[in-house]
Amino acid sequence: MFAREHKLTAWHLGVAMTALFIGGFFGPLQKLEYVGINLYTTLNKIGIASYYQGLTLHAVLNALVWTTFFIVGFFTYAITHSLDKELTHPKINIIGLIVMIVGLIMAAIPILLNLATVLFTFYPPMRANPFFYIGLVLVVVGSWVCGWGFYLTYIAWRKENPGVRTPLIALGSLITMVLWQIATLGVATELLVLVIPWSFGLVEGTDPQLARTFFWFTGHPLVYFWLLPAYVSWYGMLPKQAGGKLFSEPLARLVFWLFLALSVPVGLHHQYLDPGVPAGWKFLHALLTYSLFIPSMLTAFNVVASLEIGARDNGGTGLLSWVRALPWGDPSYAAQNLAMILFVFGGIGGLTNSSYNLNLAIHNTSWVPGHFHLTVGSAVTLTFFGIAYWLVPSLSGKPLWNRKVALVQTWTWFFGMLLMGNGLHILGLNFGMPRRTMIGAASYAADAWTPMLIEAAIGGIILGISGLLFYSNMVGTVFSKKRLEAPIEMPVAEPYESEPAPAWLDNWKPWLAVTVVLILVAYGPILVDMIANANMTSPGFKVW
Amino acid sequence: MIHVDRSEKIYIIISVTLISVFFIALGISSFVYGFQVPVPEQRVDPRTIATPAPDNPFGEPGLRELVPGKKYEAYVLAQIWSFTPREIRVPAGSTVTFYVTSKDVQHGFRINETNVNMQIVPGEVSKLTITFDEPREYDFICHEYCGVGHQSMAGKIIVEP
Repeated sequence: MFAREHKLTAWHLGVAMTALFIGGFFGPLQKLEYVGINLYTTLNKIGIASYYQGLTLHAVLNALVWTTFFIVGFFTYAITHSLDKELTHPKINIIGLIVMIVGLIMAAIPILLNLATVLFTFYPPMRANPFFYIGLVLVVVGSWVCGWGFYLTYIAWRKENPGVRTPLIALGSLITMVLWQIATLGVATELLVLVIPWSFGLVEGTDPQLARTFFWFTGHPLVYFWLLPAYVSWYGMLPKQAGGKLFSEPLARLVFWLFLALSVPVGLHHQYLDPGVPAGWKFLHALLTYSLFIPSMLTAFNVVASLEIGARDNGGTGLLSWVRALPWGDPSYAAQNLAMILFVFGGIGGLTNSSYNLNLAIHNTSWVPGHFHLTVGSAVTLTFFGIAYWLVPSLSGKPLWNRKVALVQTWTWFFGMLLMGNGLHILGLNFGMPRRTMIGAASYAADAWTPMLIEAAIGGIILGISGLLFYSNMVGTVFSKKRLEAPIEMPVAEPYESEPAPAWLDNWKPWLAVTVVLILVAYGPILVDMIANANMTSPGFKVW
Repeated sequence: MIHVDRSEKIYIIISVTLISVFFIALGISSFVYGFQVPVPEQRVDPRTIATPAPDNPFGEPGLRELVPGKKYEAYVLAQIWSFTPREIRVPAGSTVTFYVTSKDVQHGFRINETNVNMQIVPGEVSKLTITFDEPREYDFICHEYCGVGHQSMAGKIIVEP
């Protein structure tokens, strides 16, 4: 059973990890450039034209490709195992994977040829080669198609199991895919309606302000598309790995529904400083963004309580010293617990970013990459490493190559991110150092920045080493000659209380209705106004 | 309804209270203390914005004196990879309203160590006002990636005694 699903998952994971390997390579180079060690002159010889071409590769491959492929692959495994049902239409998921890979190749070629050095935000009127945009659309559409395969399987399961509560892991994964489907309507509209015809020269001008607004319609829920798979693991799997039970299963379900409803109508908090958006709309989105604090806080309590149950069962005692009874020797566990700790800092910084007033102190400074390396770069990526430490052995039927190397990897990632995150946050907040800028060549970079630049560079180098340790383990596992004695199953946390969740927490209709209404309220009038008054005057520019 | 553990209930109440207090503080600082963000000011055509014309201040960017020593307007044109003007001199104690737009791609405009921070979007004019009290120098820098020369896009404001 599940042979086909495992193969699909392996393909997704393989592409994801290859992307992160190439994209991650540029990370330490960026931080070295900050302290005056410019290796890009050497890279010119292998066809990397500039710091910014490298940065585009880093951003697109890590933030878009690594995440999307890993998530779809992980969900292929998690949904089918959680429902205990094979994909009903596996061909749909195979087609989805193929479309994603074709899109990836189509987008990668212009980037590698230095025809799309536009970073992952590709703000018009910077104009890349049209195939870069078409490739991105195909990656997104391919992931939708994979989602449709999941929905059909779920519908079939529902028919066979009327009245049964959807297992939490499947429910959280399906909600995440639906959230992604709704959220990406923004960027799909931006690309298909505004950008692609303009990049082919079919229309002369575009409206950069409108394009930005469509982009951020997708841009913020994108971070929940990254984060919720980690939550699936933290709620649905990690308590089991810690020997515990999920403290409040109904509240875990509620959290996923709240993220579905609240993730999209908040995008304008990325545009507080945009000239073309009225203040009232920005403030409304500030309120809605703050409401996302609630499901985040619910998660903090519920997950920690679930882990505590496991620690106390393992003989942990005291108010806090039970923490030592957690399975720190298990790299899959340690990675995810460390990811959570870094996420606390990322979350607090996120409150600053979303604050209507404080935002201007840090907008577009290096604080922002400092923030998202603690969130998507740590909470998400380190959790995905943790998942890979059981999932890759499960898929390959081979034991993890080296457990100690895996433990060193998780701790080096943790400390590397602490150093780099701290350095980037302080440089942004105290000195206004701009993000995504070749700082080593900037005239305004002051001597006072040096200590923090060095700290960030040390963090970056540690992260590079940690990444190599991760890859050595993946390669070592896949090519190992040893076989597992017993197959590794997906860890599934049992609920602490046996009472099933109420029916309204297993009903899509009201939650989808709330989601649509909130989007219409928060985006409807302003988008209609911006479209009706579109200023289609910007011709395209190639500025690299 | 869901059964919720007592300690978790207390925690939820504290969380909701906390974020509500934050939001009220946000509202007060924004509307009582006159916090400003750029808002729709004027739509322009980036293709002709740099062309001198009687009704186009961006045709000749620079400082305009409204009340000598007190009140100024600064029209700043962003383009790859420089600001025009690159240097702005004002006397201490003057209030300056910045109007910034771009003739090509998106840029950023941040006067470091002040509350002036704006996204510069072609087709739109970004506007913020600030009072410079102390004589000193400020860097203003482009904070949005705008091509391979992005890191050299900056200027200076010199507040004279």
